[in-house]
Amino acid sequence: MSDIKKPNKRSFLYDAGTRSLVFQVVLLAIVLYVCYYLFSNLQANLDSRGISTGFSFLNEPAGFPILIHLISYTEADTYGRAFLVALINTCVISLLGIIFATIIGVIMGLSRLSRNWLVARLATTYIETLRNIPLLLQMFFWYFAVLAALPTPRHSYEFADFFLNKRGIYSPNPIIQEGFSIAVFGFMLSIVASIALIIWAKKRQTRTGLWFPAYWSSLGIIVVITLLAFAVAGFPLTFDLPHQTRFNIKGGMVLPPEFVAVLLALSTYTGAFIAEIVRAGILSVNWGQTEAARSLGLKDSLTQRLIVLPQALRVIIPPLTSQFLNLAKNSSLGAAIAYPELVSVVMGTTLNQTGQAIETIGLCMLVYGTLSLSISLFMNWYNKKMSLIER
Amino acid sequence: MAIEFKPSPSLPPPSKSVGVVAWIRHNLLSSPLNVVLTAFSLYILYLTIPPLIEWGLINATWTGTSNKACTGGGACWAFINSYFEQFMYGFYPSEQTWRINLALVILVLLVAMFAIKKINKLYLALVIILAYPVLAYYLFSGGVFGLEPVETAKWGGLFLTVLLGVIGIVASFPLGALLALGRRSNMPVAKSVCVIFIESIRAVPLITILFMASVMIPLFLPEGLNFNKLLRVLIGIVLFSSAYMAEVIRGGLQAIPKGQYEAADAMGLSYWQSMSLIILPQALKLVIPGIVNTFIGLFKDTTLVYIVGMFDFLGRIQAANHDTKWLGTTVEGYVFAAFVYWIFCFGMSRYSMALERKLETGHKRN
Repeated sequence: MSDIKKPNKRSFLYDAGTRSLVFQVVLLAIVLYVCYYLFSNLQANLDSRGISTGFSFLNEPAGFPILIHLISYTEADTYGRAFLVALINTCVISLLGIIFATIIGVIMGLSRLSRNWLVARLATTYIETLRNIPLLLQMFFWYFAVLAALPTPRHSYEFADFFLNKRGIYSPNPIIQEGFSIAVFGFMLSIVASIALIIWAKKRQTRTGLWFPAYWSSLGIIVVITLLAFAVAGFPLTFDLPHQTRFNIKGGMVLPPEFVAVLLALSTYTGAFIAEIVRAGILSVNWGQTEAARSLGLKDSLTQRLIVLPQALRVIIPPLTSQFLNLAKNSSLGAAIAYPELVSVVMGTTLNQTGQAIETIGLCMLVYGTLSLSISLFMNWYNKKMSLIER
Repeated sequence: MAIEFKPSPSLPPPSKSVGVVAWIRHNLLSSPLNVVLTAFSLYILYLTIPPLIEWGLINATWTGTSNKACTGGGACWAFINSYFEQFMYGFYPSEQTWRINLALVILVLLVAMFAIKKINKLYLALVIILAYPVLAYYLFSGGVFGLEPVETAKWGGLFLTVLLGVIGIVASFPLGALLALGRRSNMPVAKSVCVIFIESIRAVPLITILFMASVMIPLFLPEGLNFNKLLRVLIGIVLFSSAYMAEVIRGGLQAIPKGQYEAADAMGLSYWQSMSLIILPQALKLVIPGIVNTFIGLFKDTTLVYIVGMFDFLGRIQAANHDTKWLGTTVEGYVFAAFVYWIFCFGMSRYSMALERKLETGHKRN
């Protein structure tokens, strides 16, 4: 046995562990040095320019107007308040954009799979056109070419109680009267009741096999109870209707053209991407699954709802998440057409007026980081709920 | 005497199942819902196509020196015509634009040389990646060999867009591969540095990075040291797209079976050898669609430099829209821009499909 040589003790230089340790120490040193270098320069530059760091500027009066604000805001309010207004604007446009883009995407994705040749071609044209044109260009198009070309308020397009002109879309504004809480309470009650009904129906079906149209009846319950509560409270909701005066439209709720352009561009553009995701997801479900469902005697709608959709969703959700994230981040392009969202208010006006580059840009990055993180956390949770549970 | 069996000729298929009529019945009118959908689609086509042709072709004006020439009621393509050079080259001096064209021709010739079999492709690629950019840089900016210097602030138009796109693509690819390898590494420090970089870049929109590049980079450098805006914006674009590229390539790396890594180790290949010879070629092939999608995204995202005050293709068009001589030609400008961007992006996506088919080594079942 002694003739089997022991392997040479490897040189210290060739030991994988030592190598990786050395490499990592060097890497860490470089990274730390670069950070130190940049920050020492920053400190020196800020000192020489007389810019004081810190977030105290948020308590100073902002002094600039913001066109679109969902909470009260005047020029006398602070930068902090302006930041809040901009944050709300970003969140609102992202949320609405996600909803509309999903609707457009599902419709277009299904249309592209349609057996109707013409419908499939039209959907393909829509998808391939919008996907391949920059979003910023589309926003410019909607804002400068379409909405700016609308007539003046005097010659507005009129439809029922809606007006459409250069200054935006005017719609009736709901005004809440006394007793509205009763109606809200009725609505809540009806939702609780319908959830209870669905749970009961499910339990009964597993126990006895008897089926109950739970979804349709819960819809009925919600409508009837809410209407009843409304009637009991004496219809506590009136509408402030917009009406035409000589040069302008008075009253009502206004959707400014900036808002409309950003929302239109974001939802049609992202919708085209979502359409492709939906199509790929449905195509990924093996045809055998549909055949198996049919041979079990399920009808078409049940096959789609119970067999195809749950499996397609597993493929759809992860890329859909990243599209939602993209949409939220792309809402920052609204800055280019003066929609007062985070980037335009904080990194545009506030930065220009105060010179607090580090704080404003840092604040923006923090907000977008949090927004991205919360969307992806929610979608990860949903994904986990939907994913395949293996034994 | 054998009786010869002669089958009677088969009957033609029923006329309802072949030809145009059958195709229409099957594809357009197969159910009541489909009839409605077809009618609806035809109505949409009727509403959009004829007015569009009338506006864009029949009533269009092609030449002229101001919007007064456009009287046909259609599109005013004369606007594009008279601004064409600015849209292409920005404010690059017009007697110097041959330099840009020359650089483009050289690039096309170099790329075309890949088709010649005798040439070593590795050397050619090295020439394109290392030598060509130096040549192109001196051609564009001048100041040597008697070329008139042209400052980067004058670069613009489609030239700038393509420049940003190409440099972004070429530089972000190796950086992305490196980041992806780093993220999959066993070394905790390398891994966490890469993860932090990738995730923090991906969490924020490009526009904040561009703002950072144009506003904050000067603050982070010692006084006196500063470089021009084009370079700062380029750094921003490259960092941004390399983070996305890294995630795409990581997807490919994860899809490679463990056996490939172990086989490479068993052959005695070093880490870099096994990565560059075994793992990356397979991983990259898997993620071609993702890589090209990132490129397309990057190309579209170059429009954002307009927001930080650079006049790329879209920026030039946007600026030309304010020309009082050509008021009312906004739509034409945007349609032209959309057309050009669409050609680039659609072309890239078709090319990636062709590449995928070419590299397909036949593991698919059908």
